[in-house]
Amino acid sequence: MRHLLSTAGMSPAAAETLLDTAETLKKTLLGREVRKLPTLRGRTVVTLFHENSTRTRVSFEVAGKWMSADVINVSASGSSASKGESLRDTATTLSAAGADLVVVRHPASGAAHRLAGWLSSTNTAVVNAGDGTHEHPTQALLDAATLRERLGTIAGRRIAIVGDVLHSRVARSNAYLLSALGADVVLVAPPTLTPVGAATWAEPGAGGTVTVSHDLDAELPTVDAVMMLRVQAERVIGDVANFFPSVREYSAAYGLDGRRLGLLPEHAVVLHPGPMLRGMEIASTVADSPRAAINDQVRNGVHVRMAVLYHLLAGKDEGA
Amino acid sequence: MAPRSRGATDPGGERHLLSSGDVARTVARMAHQIIEKTALGGPTARSVVLLGIPAGGVPLAERLAAAVAEFSGVRIGLGRLDVTLYRDDLRRRPHRPLSSTVLPEGGIDDKLVVLVDDVLYSGRTVRAALDALRDAGRPGAVQLAVLVDRGHRELPVRADYVGKNVPTSHGEQVVVTFTETDGTDGVYLRREAHHEESQS
Amino acid sequence: MSELASESDKHRSELASESDRHRRELLVIKGVRLYGEGDPVDMLVADGVIADVGTGLEGPEAVDAHGLVALPGFVDLHTHLREPGREDTETIETGSVAAALGGYTAVFAMANTDPVADNAVVVEHVWRRGREVGLVDVHPVGAVTAGLAGQRLAELGTMARSEAAVRIFSDDGHCVADPLLMRRALEYTRGLGAVVAQHAEEPRLTAGAQAHEGERAARLGLAGWPAAAEEAIVARDCLLAKQVDARLHVCHVSTAGTVDVLRWAKARGTKVSAEVTPHHLALTDERLTGYDPVNKVNPPLRTASDVQVLREALAEGVVDCVATDHAPHAEQDKNCEWSAARPGMLGLQTALSVVVDTMVRPGMLDWRGVARVMSERPAQIAGLVDQGRPLAIGEPATLVLVDPRDSWVVRGADLASIAGNTPFEGMRLPGVVRMTLLRGRVTARRSTTGGGGT
Repeated sequence: MRHLLSTAGMSPAAAETLLDTAETLKKTLLGREVRKLPTLRGRTVVTLFHENSTRTRVSFEVAGKWMSADVINVSASGSSASKGESLRDTATTLSAAGADLVVVRHPASGAAHRLAGWLSSTNTAVVNAGDGTHEHPTQALLDAATLRERLGTIAGRRIAIVGDVLHSRVARSNAYLLSALGADVVLVAPPTLTPVGAATWAEPGAGGTVTVSHDLDAELPTVDAVMMLRVQAERVIGDVANFFPSVREYSAAYGLDGRRLGLLPEHAVVLHPGPMLRGMEIASTVADSPRAAINDQVRNGVHVRMAVLYHLLAGKDEGA
Repeated sequence: MAPRSRGATDPGGERHLLSSGDVARTVARMAHQIIEKTALGGPTARSVVLLGIPAGGVPLAERLAAAVAEFSGVRIGLGRLDVTLYRDDLRRRPHRPLSSTVLPEGGIDDKLVVLVDDVLYSGRTVRAALDALRDAGRPGAVQLAVLVDRGHRELPVRADYVGKNVPTSHGEQVVVTFTETDGTDGVYLRREAHHEESQS
Repeated sequence: MSELASESDKHRSELASESDRHRRELLVIKGVRLYGEGDPVDMLVADGVIADVGTGLEGPEAVDAHGLVALPGFVDLHTHLREPGREDTETIETGSVAAALGGYTAVFAMANTDPVADNAVVVEHVWRRGREVGLVDVHPVGAVTAGLAGQRLAELGTMARSEAAVRIFSDDGHCVADPLLMRRALEYTRGLGAVVAQHAEEPRLTAGAQAHEGERAARLGLAGWPAAAEEAIVARDCLLAKQVDARLHVCHVSTAGTVDVLRWAKARGTKVSAEVTPHHLALTDERLTGYDPVNKVNPPLRTASDVQVLREALAEGVVDCVATDHAPHAEQDKNCEWSAARPGMLGLQTALSVVVDTMVRPGMLDWRGVARVMSERPAQIAGLVDQGRPLAIGEPATLVLVDPRDSWVVRGADLASIAGNTPFEGMRLPGVVRMTLLRGRVTARRSTTGGGGT
């Protein structure tokens, strides 16, 4: 593995290896007073964030530091990016300055792919920490790790991804990854927020399927997990976009409240990538219920990102 | 790593060092040595924990623990210690998958830990194991048991228990197989020059 | 191929001294097939016109054109020459060289320059610079609305009556979205004998759009540019043009639905014409995987079925002509993240080869058809009386010699444009322009490429 840019096209074997590594790392560090491994000593990881995301940046930073990498945080507002330097120049500068790996978050879809292209002649690896409305592969991996932990297996499970699928990189990465791992994914969204051809998202040869539904109540009784997506109200609701009439109507149709929690099977898990809008897409009682694995997701996020850093930085480059 | 089929006149130039029976006798002898050297069961003795280093050290540690229990009647602690995350050669080798670390009930603090590996070579695996041990707890003392010592140390490391000393050249490879993982017990010397092979 | 740019430079300097000589002296083109039809003939060029056509013709300078096809010089209704304003990407001079090398003898320079060509001063500047360079007739396109802002009409009459004699008006890059403003523009230009060329894109449907709205864009997370945003404007404008009995030209048709609308509008007598770009005849949104903005263009690359319908429509005449939408962009405006990149592609030097590849080779168009879609129809649409003329005695010697058997590998760095943003980089394309003549003067000449053929 040279970079981690997307879960689309990732083989189930590669995904399982990452998840296994994450699980091993989690067990290794469990109950330790000193959570520090020397594995990536002397390696430099730069987080390059052109969008604010405290939780993702901190998760990568902790992952790097627990493996003894030097982690340097660069945010667009506090760097030359705000002075108009291009992403390409920033990337090549970071590489020349010794970054072994760049974790990039950027509002433009495809930014991580471009970065990897610009750094193709260097040894610097690129991890996509969210590019526009395209992908967020480590989020999908940590969701998969959490589902595996809670449900035992992913293959054969039915998983609903609910909300603004159109603008969601989390939904895309999860649909590709979970269907590749054998889950049947159902995307639940109003037609205005359903991407064209979303029902074709399962990779050829995937063990699972991807389907589309507009009726949350109808799906809940048969799912093993429900993943609520964050709703950016300013982007989706109101007179500019008009994807949806109102917050109230959105919550009524696609919010996960106590009544809907009751529709879920006993064993079903509730996920949310955060940050949550309580009362909007998820009720407080649901978010705080034992069914919710939201804090597990955050914990697993660190181990999954450690696994990603390990796979990209430890081991001789075998030529992509 | 383990050869699945081989003949006595393997064209690769393989030499049988220990037969299945030799392995059993060697393990028994090492178990007796451990009992003796650790004064096992004695009034002042520390409690002993065997930690196998994956992959080859794990079945060997299990065998030794069983033999120790059989000969002394004392059940000693048994676990496994993956050292991959502590290696200093990660960037020189192809990517290594992680194995699991399992410590026995009661941990390793103040225990006499015997690290167990199949082959002792450069000593780097042992160094990594000592680092890994430090993060896992604070043993009272640490010893080392290996089935084969093939020489060529790169670090000041010496084994406390050695099944067999085998003079080798760098171009040779020592292959240890166990019934549990490879279907048969045995030690072979292979002449193929796999410098990149995991031998430590 | 590497000698192309330097060769053209050399030619240009030679031409300055040669041009007057050629005007009086005789040039004989030996063994050429007119429109790729019939037996090879000789063509005598003198005083800027085709003086004779026959066999055994002689003259002081002979051009061996055996195996070549003669066509009337190409006319491009849609070119961005970037001067004034972005001379770092293209100038009227470099664009003229590219045009001549591509077989063009007339180009229409779009109005979205800086300052905008929305007044007589700017259009006359473009016109004069084109004449000074002298490689191709550069006709400025005037803006429909002041500053391309879509608020009020530019001084269309003043531009029409200027020395530049503007006959095509377009806000290209922007749609004249306001229906009332579009109606007025259509009515007003009718009185000037001019035509409005509409960039058909309903802006409310394409806010933030980055790629053709379809499965590809959805997977890539790129905001969709729906086909209906083009089709709705084309339909509306056809209705308006019919209502006020004005002429309408539709720029860069990109969808199968637009073809349906055009077919319907033409059937009911609407005075509408339409162009398709070479890239919309050749490329699809499959190219977007990898996010290389060299594939970013507006309207966006569409699907394979759109491409097929566009080819058929061009062959049939529902889409009248090929126009390049030649759009040079600086390296930093293309080698960046997708959403930050500017839309547009080079086209002048690759247009013929793409048409040969997509239309001639599959048998959808013969050379007579190529003459129609690249020369005759665009000349008619623009009202050019001395372009797109028949290859016959007494007609202007404004023509192009094409080697149909040779091929070449496109290298952006070797093209005459300052910018290098060709989507055909590294592709081997059939059909090579050997020589371009503008009223008897040689404006481009290219020796064999070593790619086979002659």
